[in-house]
Amino acid sequence: MGRVVLVTGASRYLGARISAVLADDPTVARVVAVDVVPPRYELGGAAFVRSDIKNPAILKVLEREDIDTVVHAGVLATPHQAGGRVSMKETNVIGTMQLLAACQRSSSVSRFVVKSSTTVYGSSPRDPAVFTEEMAARVVPRAGYAKDTVEVEAYVRGFARRRPDVGVVTLRFANTIGPRVTTPLTAYFEAAFVPTALGFDPRLQFVHEDDALEILRLATVGDHSGVFNAAGAGALLLSQALRMAGRVSVPVPTIASGLTGQLFRRVGLADFSPDEVRFLAHGRVVDCTRLHEVMAYRPKYSTLEAFTEFVRERLGAGPLDVDRVRVVERAFQQALRAPGPAEPPL
Amino acid sequence: MSADQSSDQRDSAGPGAPSGEDLLVGLAEIAGRLVRDLTGPDGVEAAGALAAVVRARLSGEYAVDEFGFDPQLSDQLFAAALRPIYRHWFRVEVRGIEHVPATGAGLVVANHSGTLPLDAIMTQLAIQEEHPADRRLRLLGADLVFSMPFVGEAARKSGSTLACLEDAMRLLERGELVGVFPEGYKGTGKPFSERYKLQRFGRGGFVSAALRTGAPLIPCSIVGAEETYPMLANVGTLARLLGLPYVPITPTFPLLGPLGLLPLPSKWIIEFGAPVDTSAYDDTAADDAALVLDVTDQVRETIQQTLYRLLAQRTGTFF
Repeated sequence: MGRVVLVTGASRYLGARISAVLADDPTVARVVAVDVVPPRYELGGAAFVRSDIKNPAILKVLEREDIDTVVHAGVLATPHQAGGRVSMKETNVIGTMQLLAACQRSSSVSRFVVKSSTTVYGSSPRDPAVFTEEMAARVVPRAGYAKDTVEVEAYVRGFARRRPDVGVVTLRFANTIGPRVTTPLTAYFEAAFVPTALGFDPRLQFVHEDDALEILRLATVGDHSGVFNAAGAGALLLSQALRMAGRVSVPVPTIASGLTGQLFRRVGLADFSPDEVRFLAHGRVVDCTRLHEVMAYRPKYSTLEAFTEFVRERLGAGPLDVDRVRVVERAFQQALRAPGPAEPPL
Repeated sequence: MSADQSSDQRDSAGPGAPSGEDLLVGLAEIAGRLVRDLTGPDGVEAAGALAAVVRARLSGEYAVDEFGFDPQLSDQLFAAALRPIYRHWFRVEVRGIEHVPATGAGLVVANHSGTLPLDAIMTQLAIQEEHPADRRLRLLGADLVFSMPFVGEAARKSGSTLACLEDAMRLLERGELVGVFPEGYKGTGKPFSERYKLQRFGRGGFVSAALRTGAPLIPCSIVGAEETYPMLANVGTLARLLGLPYVPITPTFPLLGPLGLLPLPSKWIIEFGAPVDTSAYDDTAADDAALVLDVTDQVRETIQQTLYRLLAQRTGTFF
């Protein structure tokens, strides 16, 4: 008798993909995918149930479907997709609260997996270079998605305390990137001219969408519990990433970071909260030893490889495209080493 | 790697390639021919190598570690820019480099002085320049460094990170050579009249990191940095207003304006002392407060005595 899994946030890309992946998993008997809007992506063998996790009726779904494992993939990072910041916060914080309340009441739920984010560590010049799971944010995020993840995790910790019999897994993903997933950061890299924080060059870490799915799957079907950081090996500097993508960076003074965030939004480049602007100044790197050792999973894509694939699959040639730089350098090298001064090298 | 790869990509760029690219290619060919015609084989090699570095930088083909250390940039740009200052302005004399381990972790503990932390930068360069095993010193800096634009960025790229136990431990566990200045602002911000008098050595955090990882402590005494910017007074009110630890008045600053930022050309000696072995201590040693303070004092006293000896040997401040 396999697991019966409920997946939240199924209308969105990762929610839909994980529903489909779990439906194919031999240890899973049935997958119920829920969201308030119909799915936009293929759900595979998962059954869609239109339901709102913000509504106590979610308990009825849990009981009717006899759910034993809940995968909470419905914490949103993109305000405009969620219908504005207010509704995003409702979905993230109130939704999680109601879902956990229902799980606490439910007699069948024995496992709870939440897709959180490394944004819980905040981003500040006082941060250690690398965060492990035990470390707390030096400067606690005060707005946007980052604040939501902090609150979501606080509710999840409370739930784990009240229901010690339920295995609870919190997955803190670095920025997810890949050929298909859409996040504020992927939108940011899609612009030809990209605003950056003047005088700062943050360290970034990416997790490839395929690795993110596999980690979510392992967390769901496995029997580990606790908090896990999840990121591809290594780190990239923002300047380096922009050069790989052939983007032109436009440094903006960050003294008034609120203003800069507004500017970022105004030019329609990305959906950035002040915390995300701080992230673009100070960056963040996490340690994934627990993922490697306890969950015994090493992401297939390093940060560099994940970003390289994103650039290849997703981005058109930027103004400073890497191939153009190579062609120009090669022309220079050939001319430099051409044999005779009279003979033009072409 | 890229001979075939580039030609493929060139083909794939095909007829639709924009004319701006042709212009750049044309310019590159002209430049290449000019360099070839105007210089000898050495010039061609140098220009070829430079072009490869520029291409690598422009296309992001270089590696940084999780701390943000960019070895290529550090070696080829920062070190090249600082080397004349090291050699000809401060004429740094390095002693006892053999005390710095050739492999594995080590914690270099030094005195801090001179208003701006030039001593940290010069010690980093001293190890890079003089150590036979081509080691790099990873400095631990105050959070103020990392909150300042450009300064924080350059610090991270040159291999520095925040002075906290987590980062120190992580670097030492990776077998890196770590540099720490336990006096902090109290060292750099002390008045000139107190030069070469060591301040309190923090709270011994660096000793705990060494005890936990078994890394040797290498005392490092720096003479000459105190005279770079002699601090006559501190404008405390302005410092509080700006959120800085101090705002110095030196003989040349702010009197000469930006020119006052030029350090006085003192003659420097950097001496590395015999390492203090910590591998004999067990896991509980780092939690033994008395032991930690004891080792802290031992290192501090070694540096203080070395400073007195070096000062007595020194013939003049500037020559």
